[in-house]
Amino acid sequence: MAHAEAQQHPIVAHVEGQQHPIGIYLKIWGLLFVLSTASYLVDYFHFQGYLRWFLIILFMLLKAGLIVAVFMHMLWERLAMVYAILVPTLLLMVLLGIGALEADYTFFTRGVFFLKGLF
Amino acid sequence: MAQASRTSTAEPLLPPEGIQGIVADWSSDQRAFKNVPWGKAMMWIFLLSDTFIFSSFLISYMTVRMSTTDPWPNPSEVFALVLFGKKIPLILIAIMTFVLISSSGTMAMAVNFGYRKDRVKTFILLLITAALGATFVGMQAFEWTKLIMDEGIRPWGNPLGAAQFGSTFFMITGFHGTHVSIGVIFLIIVAIKVIRGDLDHGRPGFMTGRKGKYEIVEIMGLYWHFVDLVWVFIFAVFYLW
Repeated sequence: MAHAEAQQHPIVAHVEGQQHPIGIYLKIWGLLFVLSTASYLVDYFHFQGYLRWFLIILFMLLKAGLIVAVFMHMLWERLAMVYAILVPTLLLMVLLGIGALEADYTFFTRGVFFLKGLF
Repeated sequence: MAQASRTSTAEPLLPPEGIQGIVADWSSDQRAFKNVPWGKAMMWIFLLSDTFIFSSFLISYMTVRMSTTDPWPNPSEVFALVLFGKKIPLILIAIMTFVLISSSGTMAMAVNFGYRKDRVKTFILLLITAALGATFVGMQAFEWTKLIMDEGIRPWGNPLGAAQFGSTFFMITGFHGTHVSIGVIFLIIVAIKVIRGDLDHGRPGFMTGRKGKYEIVEIMGLYWHFVDLVWVFIFAVFYLW
């Protein structure tokens, strides 16, 4: 009866902290090793262009996701907590976009400036 | 009948889940983060602010790298090592990555054994984590020495190309290395608390009257995993770009 109640209401079950089987940590650990090896091999085999970018970003986000979700227990936290941390992080995409735009513009003006110096 | 049981004070009210849960948790005059010790919530908020610091560094790095007209030194070659008479690209960084991931694995297990009140195993795993962290910092010191002494790379310039390479490299890896070093110190402090039984007896910690609990191992773990998380991004955008 008590067990059934705990299953119905996971909040009650988690009051004493995050307790999960050891196996899940070992599996994620193994997966992180595989993903790190894969991202190293991207460089080792000299993949270039869009394929390189796609693979690097893919492995990066997979690793980050696994660490946050399982090692940092985000998977088992309440949504109010998850959103409080992850939504502000997503806003950094705006900064990333502004940085890229600004960098392109700077590169362009530097190109114009250095070209002028030649004549 | 249903109305009567809802207003009864005999059983605790369970907050709703999902989107409704977010609204319910944030809307009223109460603590927003349920079932989380406040130390853990505060650690998460600290980590969020740290995320913004590291993101600012990495985004500025992207900006200067995209806008420079000088060629960028090839990290694959700069960080290559000669092992067994063969030049292997980026091998030192790969080993550092594996060391840090392993330390994250042992940390996760330390948290788990901590909540099971297994003092000895938690202590040993925390010490292994600290040792791996110290190994990482040692390898970073080796890498810095090699770059400064052999390659002549300085924060204000280098013989390989864009001057921004040195400044962003020392800034970003230096800040990350500082985080790892501080983490190692705190890992040792937490390990001592665990083996002394401070967390079993609820002995107050350093500079606080609060009773020690095993949640501090998890809070320590959050910080340590975050350090590993930052390295994932540095590895991808600095060394593999």
